[in-house]
Amino acid sequence: MRTPPSLLSLTIDSAVINLSNITDLSPLPDHILIDLFLRTLRAGKLTERVLKLFIATGKDEVHSLIQALNIQVIVTPVLPTKIKDDEIDIVIGAVSSDMTAFMNEWRPIFSRFHLIIVKDPDLKEELKIPEGFNLDVYKKSDIDRMVGSSTSILFSGYSCRYFGYLVSRKKYIVSVDDDCLPARDNKGFLVDAVAQHITNLRTPATPFFFNTLYDPFSEGADFVRGYPFSLRSGVKCALSCGLWLNLADHDAPTQALKTRQRNSRYVDAVITVPARALAPISGINIAFDREVVGPALVPALRLAGEGKFRWETMEDIWSGMCVKVVCDHLGLGVKSGLPYVWRTDRGDAIASLKKEWEGVKLMEEVVPFFQSVRLPRTATTAEDCVIEVAKAVKEQLGSTDPVFARAAGAMLDWVKLWKSVGSSSSPPGV
Amino acid sequence: MAEPATATQAAAPAVPLLKDELDIVIPTIRNLDFLEMWRPFFEPYHLIIVQDGDPSKTIKVPDGFDYELYNRNDINRILGPKASCISFKDSACRCFGYMVSKKKYIYTIDDDCFVAKDPSGKAINALEQHIKNLLSPSTPFFFNTLYDPFREGADFVRGYPFSLREGVPTAVSHGLWLNIPDYDAPTQLVKPLERNTRYVDAVLTIPKGTLFPMCGMNLGFDRELIGPAMYFGLMGDGQPIGRYDDMWAGWCVKVICDHLGLGVKTGLPYIYHSKASNPFVNLRKEYKGIFWQEEIIPFFQQSVLPKDCTTVQKCYIELAKQVKEKLSKVDPYFDKLADAMVTWIEAWDELNPAGASLGNGKAA
Repeated sequence: MRTPPSLLSLTIDSAVINLSNITDLSPLPDHILIDLFLRTLRAGKLTERVLKLFIATGKDEVHSLIQALNIQVIVTPVLPTKIKDDEIDIVIGAVSSDMTAFMNEWRPIFSRFHLIIVKDPDLKEELKIPEGFNLDVYKKSDIDRMVGSSTSILFSGYSCRYFGYLVSRKKYIVSVDDDCLPARDNKGFLVDAVAQHITNLRTPATPFFFNTLYDPFSEGADFVRGYPFSLRSGVKCALSCGLWLNLADHDAPTQALKTRQRNSRYVDAVITVPARALAPISGINIAFDREVVGPALVPALRLAGEGKFRWETMEDIWSGMCVKVVCDHLGLGVKSGLPYVWRTDRGDAIASLKKEWEGVKLMEEVVPFFQSVRLPRTATTAEDCVIEVAKAVKEQLGSTDPVFARAAGAMLDWVKLWKSVGSSSSPPGV
Repeated sequence: MAEPATATQAAAPAVPLLKDELDIVIPTIRNLDFLEMWRPFFEPYHLIIVQDGDPSKTIKVPDGFDYELYNRNDINRILGPKASCISFKDSACRCFGYMVSKKKYIYTIDDDCFVAKDPSGKAINALEQHIKNLLSPSTPFFFNTLYDPFREGADFVRGYPFSLREGVPTAVSHGLWLNIPDYDAPTQLVKPLERNTRYVDAVLTIPKGTLFPMCGMNLGFDRELIGPAMYFGLMGDGQPIGRYDDMWAGWCVKVICDHLGLGVKTGLPYIYHSKASNPFVNLRKEYKGIFWQEEIIPFFQQSVLPKDCTTVQKCYIELAKQVKEKLSKVDPYFDKLADAMVTWIEAWDELNPAGASLGNGKAA
């Protein structure tokens, strides 16, 4: 029989997980401090800030350990703003049950943050999640308890992640599909997708005039000649859409036609999507400012034949168009480009073709609608805007296809949910 | 650290695309030594050299190039009184080259731009990339997050409507620059050492309704589709403003392209920009422009062209009218500019009567 861990050991483990909340280590006795230091190292959580915490204790043993292990403070490239770890939630919709490989690959990047994992209510198997993360897991029972089965919003399939957006209390959300792994850039370094997303969100966007050198706020770039000075302060960036190496987010017909095509082009740029320009915003790798646009990411468009592969969904594309229209109206920015994630091969495009046609046909209606929708001046919050868009969907698209009428209803239900559940804190059930 | 490629590294393509359909227009006031480096890529093409400044000076063109050269005397002779619309002592004079060309496509480049290297170290054939950009469609009505879907290895993303996947004809291909970036004078003064070392491997269509700062250093366009709109304005000697020639053309071009359903691409290819101009001299030239652009941009953003403007010339004349109406109050310069815009179209139509055949022009 395995000896259970001591209370002290459990406490130190808990401290390692919650390092982001600790501001002073000096009250700790020496032997506990050393133990904490070693466990922090083993967990891969020794960041510059944490190292400084240990050094600040002034304890000799810590100092000799640091010397002996030759730990050096590396001057990392200065990001325009500091990332405060406790402002970020990482939301993962678990569509597959075994998250071991996913979590372990993302560990160097995710382990600093709080994670919200939402299990697809349709998934029968238990989730397999490795240890060492600060996370909350929400299952079907939690979802039913918190929103009730009376709402028309179904959090099944890829839409389960929206539940995570609903219950999060953080300012920023980063969300990636559970079949994506960290990518490597052109120099072979692991891409810290979270850091890049947060940088995108914390630096201004420039939607009113196109900068030909792309993001003027990135290192080594600036506004070019001819860019009006009054537009150089930019606007707040509300949404950051990343891209994908390997399996790009093509639709089923395209991928079926080019079965062996994989995206190997790493484009080293972040671009603001210009105002009034619409784009298909994929949900595979996104981040957003929840406080500002949370309600505008809507789980609304559910295809009749929606499935468990991205080729069989359009919910994120619909949601993305909503967000873009809302951002354009509220004077907020949307960026696209870095960071990349590595999207693993999964599914069969040809098999998905049968289901995909529905979504492909619907886009022909969806795009002209969003291009023409105009929001009244009185809509000054994301909630107001979503309600207006829902109204317009019902009026203009409701009779075209029942899926749109349902989407309009779902959008209104979502705003109601956001106002009720979104404003009260409730931990997941056991 | 960005470095230019050397002449020996540049390998010419087996078949130069559009050899007889493209002219390379180069404005110069100094010399054309830079052409040596471009030789493997440029030699098959016809050059139009527009010599600015003192016409009595002889500009030597390296041997082996097929060219026609125009100095100020030639411009005056060919255009007569209409020559007033062509700038003097400013690279804006290059648009004269567009006017006298008889080809379908134009590529224009500055004489301080050299061959760049891509991240693998290979010399970049900028002309070839521009031609690829111009010969494949643009997608201005919906933004493709994977950039140019017509490039090898790329495609439209999920959610991109199929009805928009044919795209529209590409009128302009706007290339970029490694090493010295195209900054305005204030930025140059604040960041004199900044160099552009980021190679962004993308070509993208600038969405409809979005304006951009068009730089004339590394630019290709379809003369038949948009040529008459490529007027580079009144700059330089006797004018209150400089370094806004390409900007002005770019704003006019984009408004007209948006109206006529044509596409504008930006991104690859890169050239290596070697010479940083004097920021104090630049500041004096740009000074008024920096203030005026705050009025000019909203003007172009709000400009609406009537439905009966179905040709580039008609669109341009209409724009000239609007410039006179709305921008003259900013400065009387715009009144002059509006007149020059009309003169330009008149000169263009004179030199390019409808139904003329393609072929090399000759500086008679």
